Amino acid sequence: MNVLMRRRFIPVMAGEGPPSTPFAGRDKGVDGAPARTMTMMRQCVCLTAFMVFASLALPQPARALTAYVTNERDNTVSVVDLDEMKTVKTIDVGQRPRGITLTADGKSILVCASDDDTIQVIDRATLQITGELPSGADPETFALGQGGDRLFVSNENDQMVTVIDVPSRKVVAKIPTGVEPEGMAVSPDGKTIVNTSETTNMAHFIDYETRKVVATVLVDPRPRIAQFKHDGSELWVSSELGGTVSVIDPVAHVVKNKIHFEVQGLRDKAIQPVGIRFTKDDSLAFVALGPANRVAVIDAKTGTVQKYLLVGQRVWQMAFTPDEKYLLTTNGLSNDISVIDVAALKVVKSIQVGRLPWGVVVSPQ
Amino acid sequence: MSDLTLDAPARGFTLGQYLTCLRGIMWREALRFVHQRERFVSALVRPLVWLFIFAAGFRQILGVSIIPPYETYVLYEVYVTPGLIAMIQLFNGMQSSLSMVYDREMGNMRMLLVSPFPRWFLLVSKLLASTTVSILQVAAFMIVAWLWGVDLPPWSFLTALPALVLCGLMLGALGMLLSSLIKQLENFAGVMNFVIFPMFFASSALYPLWLVQQSSPVVYFICRLNPFTYAVELIRFSLYGKLDFLSLAVVASAATVFTIAAILAYDPARGLLVRRGGGAP
Repeated sequence: MNVLMRRRFIPVMAGEGPPSTPFAGRDKGVDGAPARTMTMMRQCVCLTAFMVFASLALPQPARALTAYVTNERDNTVSVVDLDEMKTVKTIDVGQRPRGITLTADGKSILVCASDDDTIQVIDRATLQITGELPSGADPETFALGQGGDRLFVSNENDQMVTVIDVPSRKVVAKIPTGVEPEGMAVSPDGKTIVNTSETTNMAHFIDYETRKVVATVLVDPRPRIAQFKHDGSELWVSSELGGTVSVIDPVAHVVKNKIHFEVQGLRDKAIQPVGIRFTKDDSLAFVALGPANRVAVIDAKTGTVQKYLLVGQRVWQMAFTPDEKYLLTTNGLSNDISVIDVAALKVVKSIQVGRLPWGVVVSPQ
Repeated sequence: MSDLTLDAPARGFTLGQYLTCLRGIMWREALRFVHQRERFVSALVRPLVWLFIFAAGFRQILGVSIIPPYETYVLYEVYVTPGLIAMIQLFNGMQSSLSMVYDREMGNMRMLLVSPFPRWFLLVSKLLASTTVSILQVAAFMIVAWLWGVDLPPWSFLTALPALVLCGLMLGALGMLLSSLIKQLENFAGVMNFVIFPMFFASSALYPLWLVQQSSPVVYFICRLNPFTYAVELIRFSLYGKLDFLSLAVVASAATVFTIAAILAYDPARGLLVRRGGGAP
């Protein structure tokens, strides 16, 4: 938005600048007519500049940040207005909606309707289901890659990763992986796809070009989510039953660190890491701890836990707002999402959504 | 104390003289508070024991439901803090009533009651003094709670200050009313049993009322009648810069009623003191 604004703004400014200098002397002169013309011209230019600026700047505050939450048990998607901090609309979708993301252009929402064996495309403007993507059986989560052109889907019951070409809505490849594929991640350079398998307890590194598994890394029981740092230097994998997060070197394919969690007064079994999110500068990581009802705040450089934030029950997935002011968490058992103030590291609000909220995504503006 | 007994003008005091009297009473209360270091320590230790031990045990139990004024889930220690602040004020109110019984037994009260200032003014001054002391205790408690990691808004003490004054007055007036009923110092244990504990436990100080309602509608009803519940809620809301109008109304009217009743009870003409035959001559 900013870049766009500047680009349009510069010619206008330039147009105003040069002509005014030669006439500068005359402006003050006895002859009033050219000076008046100049003044009018200037006013026109200024007005145009103002209008261009206004047309760009004004609609912005009116456009609210919106979050979309999949409700696994209600078969709906909740639309949450983040200015009002409340659910404003509920959309009926397919059965057992779980993974949710936005297309690269931000115009559509993609939702895994796991029990309907499809991915539904929802138009953001109308909130109507406009189409489907051929996901294969039981899609649980997915990751967008290759500039948003490719969607990598984990098929939980098929031991497969399905690669979909988003513009043509066609399957381009099916890649066999471990048992019960779960988390999906695409490396920032787009060359490596990572899939975790719940039962094999592995992270499978798939080369995008050859579509072959090039390495597998054993992690703790039931790996859930895989997430690359924005600089691609590390891959973090959460193990739900193991209660750990494995920090993997994506080049050497080795676990170089394991992050453990300890919440005062909670049994270890209640700590089940699921969702992982990094801030854009890779300085902080947030890990949702499931039935521990906490989100762990981790120094992403050292891997040390700094703080635990109390959110709703069975916290599952998370999403940042684009400005990273807030981090939203889905709380499956308390049927709400919690809003974390990222700068203050405080939970500021919990907003009621549908039953068993699973995934969340926030609109780009 | 001495300066208010020295010169006793006949009728109609100036504002300055009233203030001198108020200062004298407050000064005495402050001295008493400072000199009785055990009292200050015990006033601080009591809620801290609850916070450190009780709240630690219950830490995981709460956080299942969001109730106003909270916007999200809170730990039990956060929930119980306003209740403990109110507890400090409750104990302080009762303690100042204990000190009045003591004063009466020791004959110190004669000094206060022979003052030419109107009786109501002396009692209200005493109330203000004990409220100030309770607020100092609350401030000390909030500092320790903050160090302990209880998450409260940064300006919570300031936003809570009006509520603390009102609740302090209400509980102090209640203590004063009770002190007119208690004949001897030994009977104070009865106050503990029949006033402090029921008031504290049958309130929203330790657990939200919806939890009480689930297990027993009768106890819930009793909690609803308990003015201490509203003191706790008034403080709870004010800590977050919010105002609960029902609590404000209940606490303000209870404070007024208790104060008037205490003034009547200490009125030598029709007071309970005469009827009881004990205490101040």
